[in-house]
Amino acid sequence: MRYAETGYYLEIDLATGNIEKVETDPKLMETHLGGLGTDVKLFWDRVPPEVKAFDPENLLVFSAGLLCGTPAWGANRTIVTTISPQTNLLAYPMMGGFFAAELKFAGYDKLILRNKAPQLVYIWINNDKVEIRDATHLKGKGAVETQELIRQELNEPDAQVAAIGLAGENRVFFASIEQSRSSASRLGAGGVMGDKNVKAIAVRGTKDINIARGEDFLKHLEELKKFILHRNENPLKGIEMVIHSGVGSPQAMRHVDEQWHTTGFSWGNSRVRRKHFWTDEIYDKWTKSHWSAVKRFISCFNCPMQCGTLISFQDVPRYMMKCFSKLSYLLAAQTENMDFTWRILHKAFNYGVDSFSTPQVLAFGVELYEAGIFTDEDFKGCPKDNEGRFMWLLDKVAHRDGIGDYLADGMYWAARRIGKGAEAFDHNTIKKHEQMPVKLAMLDPIYFLMYTTNEKLGVTQMEGNFPQTAKGTQELKELWVRDWIQAPNEKIKEYFMGWNPRGEGSNPYYPTPQMCSEIVDWMEMLHNIDDAIGLCAGMGSFCYKPGYHVHNYHHFINAATGMDLDKDSLKKIVNRNRNLHRAYNNRRGVSRKDEKPPKDHWRHRFPELEEELLSTYYKYKGWNYDGIPTKERLHELDLDYVAEDLIKRGILKDGQEEKNS
Amino acid sequence: MAKKKKIVKTITVDADRCNGCRACEVACSGFHATPKYSIVNPARSRIKIVTYRLDDIFFPIFAGEYTKAGCAGRESYVIDGKEYRECDFCRASCPTRNRFVEPDSGLPLKCDMCESDPPLEKPRCVDVCLNDVLIYEEREEEVEEGEELETIEIAVKALADKHGLNELIETVERVQLSKKA
Repeated sequence: MRYAETGYYLEIDLATGNIEKVETDPKLMETHLGGLGTDVKLFWDRVPPEVKAFDPENLLVFSAGLLCGTPAWGANRTIVTTISPQTNLLAYPMMGGFFAAELKFAGYDKLILRNKAPQLVYIWINNDKVEIRDATHLKGKGAVETQELIRQELNEPDAQVAAIGLAGENRVFFASIEQSRSSASRLGAGGVMGDKNVKAIAVRGTKDINIARGEDFLKHLEELKKFILHRNENPLKGIEMVIHSGVGSPQAMRHVDEQWHTTGFSWGNSRVRRKHFWTDEIYDKWTKSHWSAVKRFISCFNCPMQCGTLISFQDVPRYMMKCFSKLSYLLAAQTENMDFTWRILHKAFNYGVDSFSTPQVLAFGVELYEAGIFTDEDFKGCPKDNEGRFMWLLDKVAHRDGIGDYLADGMYWAARRIGKGAEAFDHNTIKKHEQMPVKLAMLDPIYFLMYTTNEKLGVTQMEGNFPQTAKGTQELKELWVRDWIQAPNEKIKEYFMGWNPRGEGSNPYYPTPQMCSEIVDWMEMLHNIDDAIGLCAGMGSFCYKPGYHVHNYHHFINAATGMDLDKDSLKKIVNRNRNLHRAYNNRRGVSRKDEKPPKDHWRHRFPELEEELLSTYYKYKGWNYDGIPTKERLHELDLDYVAEDLIKRGILKDGQEEKNS
Repeated sequence: MAKKKKIVKTITVDADRCNGCRACEVACSGFHATPKYSIVNPARSRIKIVTYRLDDIFFPIFAGEYTKAGCAGRESYVIDGKEYRECDFCRASCPTRNRFVEPDSGLPLKCDMCESDPPLEKPRCVDVCLNDVLIYEEREEEVEEGEELETIEIAVKALADKHGLNELIETVERVQLSKKA
């Protein structure tokens, strides 16, 4: 019997219509857990480095995390894995909602799509019955409305549907896949889905997920419950943002106070900081707008938190809110009008586009126009005001109409296709991918490593447990450390205690490169655990003092699967996944030369220190000077076959250690 | 008929607080598994969260009595500006829909308030609902003494209703024979 996982993948060849239910090797769980871990293994085995995003050989994988469908609260992530059209690297955007558990109840750990359908289709998975159905009547329909239309068409109100909108159909490089109150947004997985001619996937399942030690699981869940209830009644104090004071995703819809983001982040195309933006007047206006739009707080599958919101604003058709979308368009469009957010998001979610990349790409388009690179002819018919321009540009991008066709490739590729100096305006990408609009003064060594080295290419997917800023007083530091049960060891606490906002023990030389390596490695590991077990980062890795942490993950995993992992053996598995992931992207060309933040990310830069940070971190990870896992490291992780491959390809060579002194 | 004291258990539902997470379904299916907590399968749950998310409709329904015939209940009600389907409110396990029917055996499901020995402090669904949608209360009442059906009797009655008593008896005999063979 299989526990926690179903033990089956559903494989569909879209070109031939062949559908197969394939039993998986039980050893895979012991070596890679599931979710992102087994996805990386699948891609390593089956998608060679020559395959590009829009090649038929590219796979589009919908993967349920190992603990999805178990009683583990917050384990509801679907990990969508594919080659990104934007970066040509492995992309793994994730979504919450209800899809992952339903896929497992239908009997599958993953849905694997290959090749391309001859015409627009959707896939209907109803337990063992799987159909590829015509979707030509859904062409151009919104990603939100499509979900409803399919449920009606199937007469299955309980079906969970993941769909793309027009942007996905038009292979926009930052198109998303939308599902319930969530979306898999980053790096263009929606564009790959459109390229494969798949409009949507609907799933309904009524089978069991087996739990190995149910009574035991319940005991751990009971402890988690006590912790959550305690945190709900005792929100964290002394932190930067009230939205991070509880468990769950940042509670952006619970709180109107956005002083931290609006004054700390950059507006427009990551250009202007408005340190005095937040006033009582703004707070009053936003309060009114906010609460006129919020209809109800809602949750993802089997999670007691309520991080999502049903939005019902004036004449705008309803949709469900996600996270930082609340501010990303508003900041990029440089408007103070919160009502604009509620309007543009409806459009954006129905087109199906990423709320992080899209606003920046649109702001980049506006800049090019203001710089004379885009002409009046290009902007013919475009309204003059900021909000109007954004609405107009968003239409152009989703349709790939006119200049929208350039912008639809994202900032990096658009700049290169446009030429005429547009490259200079692409100042906020790492590895060709748009980053958070943050431009600060002093180099932050922890963030430097997170920005430059992570495969997710989005810093929010790596930061989390360690405070974002140093505390100013001894009292605040002690307050933080007192109940920091989530810290992996005493050393991390000491590093934190020695860290000051300014003067001695402050950025950029403190934490030291060695300390930074330990801190960043720990935080990254948490994300890798979450991404393998399908846990929402808001319950674990991307959260201050969360319910799940290095000291209890293995209890949940063991009770569900029947394995007997301890902290170290769990760490070894996720390190194996991490290094396989690294090697996979190395095989696609990633190395030290790519691990650079944008030039203007910080005003004060320290080239020597930055090199030392990278070298120290690589060494800590067991990577060579170029950022490639060493033969020894791969051997420790039972990845000799990976070392062999890298050596055969000439990626891993003798002598790469030498510069590492 | 004689009267006796009985603990009456009720769950009050505050649907406005429901966020549609379905933790109650997960917990219910685990509790009613054999062995306890050995599976998760919301399709076996005796509580069901009805959601039409964009319509702002979120409410739990508990599995009630089994009925052998479907009804013509296709009415809708508008309450507070929201249109509800009568069928969604209904607690019955009935032949016209899949709700509150065990997915493999087809047998009807019914909420038993997590009766168990030793008893739970409160039903599992209530225990996992951190948003206080489900409020559990116990009170003592005098009730008429009646005959309580064993679970197996309920199941046999349901099968007899579905397939006819004769066919059920014949099937039982066939199964008996095949076991002997």
